[in-house]
Amino acid sequence: MQLDEFFVTGEPLIYAGMVAITLVTGAIIFLLTYFKKWKWLWREWLTTVDHKKIGIMYILSALAMLFRAGTDALMMRTQLAFPDMNFLNAQHYNEIFTTHGTIMIFFMAMPFLIGLMNIVVPLQIGARDFAFPYVNALSFWSFFFGAMLFNVSFVIGGAPDAGWTSYTPLAGDVMSPDPGQNFYLLALQLSGIGTLATGINLMVTILKMRAPGMTMFKMPIFTWSTFITSFIIVFAFPILTVALALMTIDRIFGSHFFTLAGEGLPMMWANLFWMWGHPEVYIVILPAFGIFSEVIATFAKKQLFGYTVMVWSIIIIAGLSFLVWVHHFFTMGAGAFVNSIFSVTTMAIAVPTGVKIFNWLATLYKSRIRTTTAMMWALAFIPSFTIGGITGVMLGMAAADYQFHNSYFLIAHFHYVLIAGTVFGCFAGLVYWYPKMFGHKLNERIGKWSFWLFVIGFHITFLPQYFLGLDGMPRRVFHIVPEWLPLNPISTVGAFSMGLGFAVFVYNIYYSYRHSEREQTGDSWDGRTLEWATPTPVPEYNFAVVPHVTSHDAYWNMKQKGETVYDESKVEPIHMPNSTGQPFIMSAIMFFACFALVFEWIWLAVAGLIGTIVMMIIRSFDYNKGHHIDADEIKRTERSARGL
Amino acid sequence: MEKQSKKLPIKHIIGYVTSVILTFVAIWAALGSNLPVMWIIISIFLLAIIQAAIQLFLFMHLIERGMGNAPWNMMFHGTIIFAILIAGSLFTMSFGFM
Repeated sequence: MQLDEFFVTGEPLIYAGMVAITLVTGAIIFLLTYFKKWKWLWREWLTTVDHKKIGIMYILSALAMLFRAGTDALMMRTQLAFPDMNFLNAQHYNEIFTTHGTIMIFFMAMPFLIGLMNIVVPLQIGARDFAFPYVNALSFWSFFFGAMLFNVSFVIGGAPDAGWTSYTPLAGDVMSPDPGQNFYLLALQLSGIGTLATGINLMVTILKMRAPGMTMFKMPIFTWSTFITSFIIVFAFPILTVALALMTIDRIFGSHFFTLAGEGLPMMWANLFWMWGHPEVYIVILPAFGIFSEVIATFAKKQLFGYTVMVWSIIIIAGLSFLVWVHHFFTMGAGAFVNSIFSVTTMAIAVPTGVKIFNWLATLYKSRIRTTTAMMWALAFIPSFTIGGITGVMLGMAAADYQFHNSYFLIAHFHYVLIAGTVFGCFAGLVYWYPKMFGHKLNERIGKWSFWLFVIGFHITFLPQYFLGLDGMPRRVFHIVPEWLPLNPISTVGAFSMGLGFAVFVYNIYYSYRHSEREQTGDSWDGRTLEWATPTPVPEYNFAVVPHVTSHDAYWNMKQKGETVYDESKVEPIHMPNSTGQPFIMSAIMFFACFALVFEWIWLAVAGLIGTIVMMIIRSFDYNKGHHIDADEIKRTERSARGL
Repeated sequence: MEKQSKKLPIKHIIGYVTSVILTFVAIWAALGSNLPVMWIIISIFLLAIIQAAIQLFLFMHLIERGMGNAPWNMMFHGTIIFAILIAGSLFTMSFGFM
């Protein structure tokens, strides 16, 4: 292989990308060396098993990925602004919509939510860490290296170009012989290890490590939604793992699972992909529902209306999510009977979702709403998401779907649910829990600027796309025709407004770091659940004394009775896990193995695999027992943090 | 917890080695054995069932005490998902075509 086949050549935009990557990497290395921070980076971050730090790393990575995939989106919108634009060529456009979709789902939405879960769930249930802190670190690093593997594809080897759904036969070896599609398969496989492990980890954490007295139906609603989400992850992700593995074997070793030749079933890929893919939709929306429930209850200063019904509707949504996958390919032609069944199950999901919408409205009813930035994201979510949900029911009608299928109507629908649901949820959650993570709030004034820019931009971008779809504009075209003209430039303007909103959001992080008032207490928003009972910044061990929970909204009730969770007479030495570099090293080796397999350098990949197994063996004989924090040190920490 | 026994987990090693052997037998059956296709399918199914049993009994804590009903709970849900996966795929991919 020649060097010019290894690197992507001939595209000015990609050369610019290479220069940017080199400059940013160089700048990071220079800054770390100049400020002598290498050791700090290794000790405090790369080897940590602390769920709070891992959560912060998840969120930072997710923001970086939001920037990358958002840039893809802006490039697409620029290309589509006017007829016959030649900003991107057809191949480059294909690559960009593929990476936009894949990164937004796998490397933005999921890590952002998993990051918030990492930080918040143990605090909400009164635990000191995850059930398996080592595995949690491994999860993060395998996600991170998976994301990096996917992101290098556009400068090395060429990005995947068969859409984020990667349908066969287009994605197969015959029609996509370049390594791009291998990047897709192996990057998702690598990060999928992390997601599955996190699902198991969170499930065990929530089942086994709740504070005494906290029965399942006294858990905060975000913890509940995380719990159900972990269930979906554990049951849905193996399907993706298997499907990806089958396609990898198809492409690299020449089998015929999804090929046209040799009795392969190309549509079986679509079938398996959506069997995972539809539950995946709920993996990214249910935690957002949980965040909105927490935010709305806090800033409406009321107990969440219909808590039990909320929980049960999450459970029903999760169950139904496994029964609707065919609505993604109604046009495959499976006949009226098959399509009707999946039409009905699809529409059934609207019922528990509607119940949740009305419960949020009922929580807001006659309440004294504090319009903080977090609350505004939550309030904007309700009507925006409802528009997305209603158009979803329209798409769910199989007969009508033959008209809507693969048009911009569909694009508008899923952006309305994913942005108004997941992205607003991530922003709401980040703003809401930000003081718990970093010890200061985000500036409200700048936060509202970013909110309005983003939300107005969002509607300007995607509302016209419904009508473009009805005008017959198909998805994944890279030239528009004059008939679609007035709405396309409008949509592009909206997209840039969203980009500006995101830029303001990021600026706000910097501004608040410099200027925001530091938190004096742990309870920044007059919160209701246990995470606000910890001091800010949260000590390594979270709770000096494990709290005893008697009701839902545990901390709110403690405050009413004038109690705190801290009782100095009950402080005992706390057992904590040790930091370890193994997860980082092991994931780096797996990255190496996957990278070799992308280029089908089999022996290098085998070497990487052996390295991974060696790391597993080392872990098996690792009798590291962790360490204890002694009681005096805990008392000192708590006194200074609580100002006693 | 301070003094964990460091002796070899013999049960797990036996289970692991048997699984690896069974996998290679299955690969041989499919690629190298020249059996009729129906017999290949039957034999690899049998091998799969044996291997699943090994996994469940030697690794999945099915016969360990003190686990409550968690393993059974997960197996119940797993069976349901499995049934949906198989029956659903057959239903959508094989029936109802004109």
